[in-house]
Amino acid sequence: MASRDDIKFLSNPNIGSQRKKYCRFRKFGIKHIDYKDADFLSQFVNEQGKILPRRITGNSLKYQRKVAIAVKRARHLAMLPYVTDLFKK
Amino acid sequence: MKHYEVTFIVDPVLSGDEIKATAQNYVDQFKSEGCTIVHNDEMGLRQLAYPINRRTSGVYYSVEVAAETGEFINKVELAFRRDERIMRFLTIGLDKYGIKYNDDKRNGLIGTFKKKGKKGDDKKEDKRGNNKSRDDRKAAPKKEAPKATPAKAAPVAAAAEAKAEEE
Repeated sequence: MASRDDIKFLSNPNIGSQRKKYCRFRKFGIKHIDYKDADFLSQFVNEQGKILPRRITGNSLKYQRKVAIAVKRARHLAMLPYVTDLFKK
Repeated sequence: MKHYEVTFIVDPVLSGDEIKATAQNYVDQFKSEGCTIVHNDEMGLRQLAYPINRRTSGVYYSVEVAAETGEFINKVELAFRRDERIMRFLTIGLDKYGIKYNDDKRNGLIGTFKKKGKKGDDKKEDKRGNNKSRDDRKAAPKKEAPKATPAKAAPVAAAAEAKAEEE
């Protein structure tokens, strides 16, 4: 008797079942976002240095606002670029 | 008492002594305005993300001060604006979480965020204890290492004890 492990699927059955997004600040209890920490904030910007939407990062509204403020402060202090191409990666 | 954090960038073209003298000058000014200096963080020479006044690097200073009122801010910021040696400055008021964060950071409770490579386990462990990343690469690995080992060791020890009891 073939168990499920033996069955070979033509396409990957895991495709389409998305992992649930979550707010990392809520999950790990981070209360304060440091604007001086450019490496951490670079997680929340794309290659052009634009702030990623909540749709992608999964942040709750409260912390998305704080992230946005922190990124803008970091930009003012030239820790993050205002505009760029091929940022990080 | 409210806590404020004043970050400013000093022109790197100056000699080392001049840079220090400039920063010290402002620290003294805070004191003369009646603020108490909580911490003076010299972040050192860093690359700027974009050129400012044709400079590509700058010397960062971040001073945390405690003051009764925010009146000193106008005076100090006016001095910053007049000073050609200061490239940028930013003053923010800290909330209670900000004060705690800075305190934890000074005590080495906050780990470094690793940009590349080892993500996953290390990162998760960092964050569980309200530890957020920061940009101090010299000090962080030392501080992180002793902290990580007890955290890992503890559950293992607890599990071993539990097993022994069952038997």
